[in-house]
Amino acid sequence: MTLFDLGLREIQSRLQAGELSVTELVKESLHKVGERDEKVKAFLTVDEAGALAAAAKLDEKLASGAERGLLFGLPAGVKDNIVTEGLRTTCASQFLRNFDPVYDATVVKKLRDADSVTIGKLNMDEFAMGGSNENSSFYPVRNPWNLDRVPGGSSGGSAASVAAGEVYFSLGSDTGGSIRQPASYCGVVGLKPTYGLVSRFGLVAFASSLDQIGPVTRTVEDAAYVLQAIAGHDDRDSTSANVQVPDYVSALTGDVKGLRIAVPKEYIGEGVDPKVKESVMAAIRQLEALGATWEEVSMPHTEYALAAYYLLSSSEASSNLARFDGVRYGVRADNPDNLLDLYLKSRSEGFGDEVKRRIMLGTYALSSGYYDAYYLKAQKVRTLIKQDFDNVFEKFDVIVGPTAPTTAFAIGSQSDDPLTMYLNDILTIPVSLAGVPAISIPCGFVDEMPVGLQIIGKPFDEQTVLRVSHAFEQHTDHHTRRPQI
Amino acid sequence: MKITVEQVEHVAKLARLKIDEAEKEMFAEQLSAILQYAEKLEELNTEGVEPTTHVLPLHSVMREDEVQESLPIERVLHNAPEDEDGQFRVPAVLD
Repeated sequence: MTLFDLGLREIQSRLQAGELSVTELVKESLHKVGERDEKVKAFLTVDEAGALAAAAKLDEKLASGAERGLLFGLPAGVKDNIVTEGLRTTCASQFLRNFDPVYDATVVKKLRDADSVTIGKLNMDEFAMGGSNENSSFYPVRNPWNLDRVPGGSSGGSAASVAAGEVYFSLGSDTGGSIRQPASYCGVVGLKPTYGLVSRFGLVAFASSLDQIGPVTRTVEDAAYVLQAIAGHDDRDSTSANVQVPDYVSALTGDVKGLRIAVPKEYIGEGVDPKVKESVMAAIRQLEALGATWEEVSMPHTEYALAAYYLLSSSEASSNLARFDGVRYGVRADNPDNLLDLYLKSRSEGFGDEVKRRIMLGTYALSSGYYDAYYLKAQKVRTLIKQDFDNVFEKFDVIVGPTAPTTAFAIGSQSDDPLTMYLNDILTIPVSLAGVPAISIPCGFVDEMPVGLQIIGKPFDEQTVLRVSHAFEQHTDHHTRRPQI
Repeated sequence: MKITVEQVEHVAKLARLKIDEAEKEMFAEQLSAILQYAEKLEELNTEGVEPTTHVLPLHSVMREDEVQESLPIERVLHNAPEDEDGQFRVPAVLD
């Protein structure tokens, strides 16, 4: 048990009644990190002094009776590809091992405006490239449910820190499943908002047409609160959508009567562990019992998503990561012969194998003579994949299936073969290419490891995604189980 | 598509990556496997299909042409490996 098990409402009411202080909440977080993170390895940097100072200020605010923010006093972890002024931000890369940002990402500012307290920065696959956290250049994160298993990735630290009770909630980023897949493996809630709903300003870019920041929490209600705090248009992100942010919390009515659910046969077919499928189908029947209807559908281009995704995301990455040249920030190799040699040596010393592999793949796909065959072709296939979603959403409110084909696998079991590793993201990637919102929520356990249910919605319809997830959660207790660490 | 060691060398040069002999072999093999998998896309007829560069219907986003505060130079140079006179310092471009 931790203080965090009280839940957001009870915490707020105890703070209000003077029975609990923000300092106690923050000390609880720091204590759990001290006690558990030696095993879990979710954190790269812990800002004890900064967190305690912020807590003291919030306790003054509490005493003054001033209006409190939406996430008042809640300890948070932030994925280490989101910049935090004066707090080391590494992207889990040796290239940025000493990078000290000079400004805050918009989401970090928004968390502060909502009176949350940032405890520290969370481990990840280097530059968010990976699905197991084995690509962190510092140390891999371990799954709190079984320390010999991976936590998923790339936001493995974001999912593991919440599952382990080290923080109340965290922020992750999702390019092809990097919030949802680790949330599934670690038995927590992970939401990837619609592309453009949350500002990317201050998120170190991997694939700019896909990257999106979102919350990782213990409950759907908490995810609604965090999303409320971070969503909204930002002049500093030219791809930020200019939409009205609705009230996500009030959307949690518990009512799914008449809801139309599509279950794509491609999401529950070959390659999906039969026990995972069983768990997901039981969840769908549960929603049916609550008044929803479901029907099997086909999304015929699903099997092409992975190939299109790796070409597109790697192409964008090869361009985005050109900024790491050893001139303005990050490492600089010693004794270069000239400027070109400085670039070559700094990049080769600073980047790990998976990052190099993707830069190489992207550079190749964009190079003269191959652009049409690979990059342009993949962009056209992206259109077909998006049309699959448009077609289904003409008749259905949400699409439901597993988040990942299996539960968390053993550390080291897939690291030799990049292609096999990529297959773990096969059910999250089509959603990313279509840019629509999706959540992963706990829906059961297979051999004592959590299974994630993926609920996918129409563009900017996070309200329905959250409502359906919340209704399911109200009638199940998977989200109340905690790992023994 | 089989990627040769020579192609790997060419791409590494374009990507400004220095890779050793063992890495060349490794990347040739792995990139070949990934690109072979990507050939799956050729099964689809995409004649007349518009490419999606971006999922949102966004066009050039403009703002008012007003002077806004920017970071002071010493903050911009805060993470520079080497700087001099308010500028980033690099080695000679040519020998």
